[in-house]
Amino acid sequence: MENTKVVAEPKKRSFAKHHREDMIGKIYTNLCVLLLIVVIVSIVYFVASKGLSTFFKDGVSPIEFLFGTHWSPDGSPASFGALPFIGGSFVVSMLAALIAGPLSICAALFMTEIVPGKGKRILQPVIELLSGIPSVVYGFIGLTVLVPFISALTGGNSLGYGVGAGALVLSVMILPTITSIAADALASLPRGMREASYALGATRWQTIYRVVLPTLAPSLWTGVILGIARAFGEALAVQMVIGNAPFLPTSLLTSASTLTSVITLNMTNTSTGSVQNNVLWSMALMLLFMTFVFIIIVRLLQRRNKL
Amino acid sequence: MQTRTQPRFGTEELSVFYGTNEAVKKINMEFPEKSVTALIGPSGCGKSTFLRSLNRMNDEIASAKVVGKIWMDGEDLNDKDTDAITLRQKIGMVWQRPNPFYKSIYENIAFGPRYHGTKNKKQLDEIVEQSLRRAALWDEVKDRLKESALALSGGQQQRLCIARALSVSPQILLLDEPASALDPVSTGKVEELIIELKKELRIVIVTHNMQQAARVSDSTAYFYLGNLIEHDETTKLFSNPSNQMTQEYIMGRFG
Repeated sequence: MENTKVVAEPKKRSFAKHHREDMIGKIYTNLCVLLLIVVIVSIVYFVASKGLSTFFKDGVSPIEFLFGTHWSPDGSPASFGALPFIGGSFVVSMLAALIAGPLSICAALFMTEIVPGKGKRILQPVIELLSGIPSVVYGFIGLTVLVPFISALTGGNSLGYGVGAGALVLSVMILPTITSIAADALASLPRGMREASYALGATRWQTIYRVVLPTLAPSLWTGVILGIARAFGEALAVQMVIGNAPFLPTSLLTSASTLTSVITLNMTNTSTGSVQNNVLWSMALMLLFMTFVFIIIVRLLQRRNKL
Repeated sequence: MQTRTQPRFGTEELSVFYGTNEAVKKINMEFPEKSVTALIGPSGCGKSTFLRSLNRMNDEIASAKVVGKIWMDGEDLNDKDTDAITLRQKIGMVWQRPNPFYKSIYENIAFGPRYHGTKNKKQLDEIVEQSLRRAALWDEVKDRLKESALALSGGQQQRLCIARALSVSPQILLLDEPASALDPVSTGKVEELIIELKKELRIVIVTHNMQQAARVSDSTAYFYLGNLIEHDETTKLFSNPSNQMTQEYIMGRFG
């Protein structure tokens, strides 16, 4: 009897100690999450309230904003058609994904399927380096190398600025995003899947084309969508090469603008609270909304991936 | 013996190296037709590596090197001029873990024949039905061929993989511990299937389960540290092995 009491005492104490540690951990993580949620909610609220006041306070018609093609915030009467920028953003991002998507997936295939050991050792650091280069450097290179090159290609008939230059710069920037997601997906494919195909007498290309790529399609699309999302949100590099004219792009060589480039160019030229400033927030809201859309698409793809 | 009149399949001085490590050492073995040969031995004894080299699957592993000869109908399969792609059509393989493609049941089976040029829908339907019947799976899945293969149970998936291997009409089937990831009932079904299939083709099976080897095989080979210690009729090997090491292993004294 006496013995049990002696043993029971420290047990109780250690239980209390463990309980206290658990509580501290729980409170700490809860606080962190709470802080995060507060920050996110306030950003969304702030952007939304600013962005929506264009329509509610300043009386700009949302239809005009979304579908109007005439952008003249300081004109009289002022018009706020943002379609050229919305269109510019989409065109540039999609073109960039169209260029970078196949390249990235091929690079990932090379690293994981064709030359697994060496390919990965050499290519992976290069890809990581690409993703580490600041966007202003990309823009600068685009401005000094790519733009004159495109101009020379057209025989001097254009300045070289435009959607084409923007898409090319962006495609290099999103290459690492798509490549690393695709490479991770390829590496996660169960080895048995490839072997089963080989054992049926399939060649390596048949295996890649018929088994590996279809099986991983949702993950590969996830990579492409995240690449598009990144291109959509990129401001600086695009702004440096796209020409910044407020018109809907009609060819690869016409100057255009994107939502992001218009915001960065105009935010310091407008005074807070003015309709010219608020309409920029509306564009920011539009970007935020598109991000949500991209995230939802990725989620849906991942659900399909589980099958 | 019979072997003279029948096409032969076997190895001559077959070794497998991983780097400088000799995992399989100069194996001479013959696999008679219409029979099951079981490969047993403790983990890491080289039996799976040996099995994988028979249909040149070790080609896919950069560090592996296979030396020696694999004879099939007077042709050396391990010769570098022999097309591994074509020979794998003749030698099917099934692994320990069921590995169906992320496709429908139908597409899993139609996959191999499509590679090899069968495009006709009717012909494919026929191959699918026949393969599934041979793998004793047809009755369970005939109404849901379009459903994902991943919706099947583990045992069904494994029989699907066997059906998939049969779809390209191989002459030889290599089974690498085909039942070790399955429950007893599914294991029983796979074993019945093996006994049924040996009426038509040669089967080589790697197994950890000695009772299984005794149940399904006609001859058994005992591997240890990359060496073939003994290869004999299954009844003889389990009741009266000629080698002391074999005796100790099957008595459960080590391994």
